[in-house]
Amino acid sequence: MTRARGHILGLLVLLFALFGNGPARAQVLVADLSNHLVQVTTGFSGTELLLFGAAQDEGDVVIVIRGPDGPATLRRKARSGFGIWINSDEFTFNGVPSFYKVASSRPLGELKADNALATHQIGLANLQVEGAGARTADTVEDFREALLRNKVRQELFAPEAGEVTFLGDSLFRTRVSFPSNVPTGRFTVTVFLLRAGQVVNAQTIPLIVSKTGIGAEIYEFAHRRSALYGIGAILIALFAGWLASAIFRKA
Amino acid sequence: MQIYLPIAELSLNVLLLLAMGGGVGFLSGLFGVGGGFLMTPLLILNGITPAVAVGTEANQIVASSVSGAIAHWRRKNVDVKMGCVLLVGGLIGSTLGVQIFKFLRGLGQIDLAISISYVIFLGIIGSLMLVESLRAMRRRKQVGGPRRKLHQHNWLHGLPFKMRFRRSKLYISALLPLGIGVFVGVLAAIMGVGGGFIMVPAMIYILGMPTAVVVGTSLFQIIFVTANVTFLQAWQNQTVDIVLSLILLIGGVVGAQIGTRASAALHGEQLRSLLAVMVLAVCAILGYRLVATPADLFTLVPVTGG
Repeated sequence: MTRARGHILGLLVLLFALFGNGPARAQVLVADLSNHLVQVTTGFSGTELLLFGAAQDEGDVVIVIRGPDGPATLRRKARSGFGIWINSDEFTFNGVPSFYKVASSRPLGELKADNALATHQIGLANLQVEGAGARTADTVEDFREALLRNKVRQELFAPEAGEVTFLGDSLFRTRVSFPSNVPTGRFTVTVFLLRAGQVVNAQTIPLIVSKTGIGAEIYEFAHRRSALYGIGAILIALFAGWLASAIFRKA
Repeated sequence: MQIYLPIAELSLNVLLLLAMGGGVGFLSGLFGVGGGFLMTPLLILNGITPAVAVGTEANQIVASSVSGAIAHWRRKNVDVKMGCVLLVGGLIGSTLGVQIFKFLRGLGQIDLAISISYVIFLGIIGSLMLVESLRAMRRRKQVGGPRRKLHQHNWLHGLPFKMRFRRSKLYISALLPLGIGVFVGVLAAIMGVGGGFIMVPAMIYILGMPTAVVVGTSLFQIIFVTANVTFLQAWQNQTVDIVLSLILLIGGVVGAQIGTRASAALHGEQLRSLLAVMVLAVCAILGYRLVATPADLFTLVPVTGG
C-alpha cells in the first residue's frame, strides 16, 4: 500500500514539475524509479522495478539499465580425441556490463536514429566491449556473439528492447526485471529522449543493488575471515550430525 | 519457496534441496558411502559452480558421516586403529588434492577433470562390485557350497611395517591402508566426495576386511578427511556455502538415520549389487555428457568460484 501511494505521490510531483510554472519548459524530461535500492536478502528470488516519468512534447523514450562493468572470460569447447569435448580456447573482454537491458517506446529499428543509438551504446548490437588479446576479427566476433548469447541465457542481458508505454501524451512507464542472480554494485539507469534521430535530453538515475541481511554477513565473513569460517562450518556440521543421531536414538 | 545462497550467489528451491539431501542421505546410511558422488553432480546440474559444489558437499558429508558413524560406533562396527591409519593417508591426500583442484581451476579444466574422474572411478568400481555381488548371490543359492577363506593374502599384505588390526582380524602392512588413504583423499578433494564408494570396495577387496566393520570404519575416516577438505576449501577458495550445506544436511542426517536402519534388514550381496547399479547409472549419465555435443560450445566463466 505504502509503495503504491509513493508512486502516486511521485507522479503528482512530476506532473506539477511539468505543467506548473517552471522556468525551463523547453525539453523537459523527468523520470524516477519505484526504488533506488535492490536488496538481495536470503529470501531474494528476483525483483521488478517500475520506472516512470514524463516527457514534454513529442519524442521517443529509450531507457538503458546497465550494471557495473568488468572483465568477462569465455571458453570455447572443441571435440578432442576419444570424442570428449574439452575447453580449448579462451578469450577475455574488458568493460563488459554485468547487467544490460534496454526499454523503448518503439522498436529500436523504427527510431531511425542509428547514429545516436551507436553513440550512446543503446541496444545489444551497439554495446561496445573491448577484446583483450590479439585475435582475428572473426574469432573476436564469434566470442562476442557467444558473450551476448550466454548473458541473455542468464537473464542478465535482454535480447530485445522492453516496452515503454505512454499514458496520454507525456507520462510513460516501464517495468524492469532483475533475476535472482543479479550482480551487485552501482547500476546506472539512463533515460533518453529522442526526437528526429537525435538525443535531445537524457537523465541518469542511480540504482544500487546490494546484499543485505544474514546472507550478506555470511558472504563478508567467508571472505574476510576464511579460516575461521571454515572451522565454524566444520563445528556446525559436527554438531548437526551428533544432534541428529541423539534425536533418532531417543525416538 | 526460494532461498538465496550467499556463497553460490543464486536462488534455489528449499524443498528441492531438502529432498535432494534426504534422498542422498538415505542412500548414504544404507550403503555406508558419503553420498557425495551423487550430490556433487546433482548440485552442478542445478547451476552451482563445481568449486562451490565440491567445497559445500565436503562440509555436508562431515555431518552425515558423523551421524552415520555414531550409529555404527554403538554397534561396535568401527576399527579405530585401521581408521586412524587410513586417516593419516587421507589428510595427506586431501591436502594435495585441494592444491591440484586450485591448479586445474586456473587452467579452466576443472569441470573436465571432475567429470572424467567420476566416469573412470564409478565405471571401474561399479562393474567390479556388480560382477562380484552377482557371483556371490549365485553361490549362496547352491546349498552346501565350499566354505571361503576369511580373506586371501597377496604380496601387498606382506610389505614392511606390519600391524595387527584386531577388530578387522588382520595382520598386514600399514603401508597398504596408508596408500589407500592418500589415494582416496586426493579424489575426495577433487571430486567433492567422502570417497566411501572407493574406500569400501578397497577395504573389502584389497585389505580383506570383514564387511561388518567396513562401513563404520569408512565413515569414521571420512569425517576427518572431509573436515580437512572443508577447511582448506573455505580458507583458500571461499567456496563453502554454509546455508546450502545446512539445508542439505537437515535432509541428509534424517535420511542417513533411516538408511542405516534399513541396511540391517538387507543382505550384504543385495546391498552391494544395488549400489553397483546406482554407481554405473551415474557413470553412464556423466559419460554421455562428456561426449554429447553441447548446446553451446562457448561458456562464460563464472565471476566467483569458477
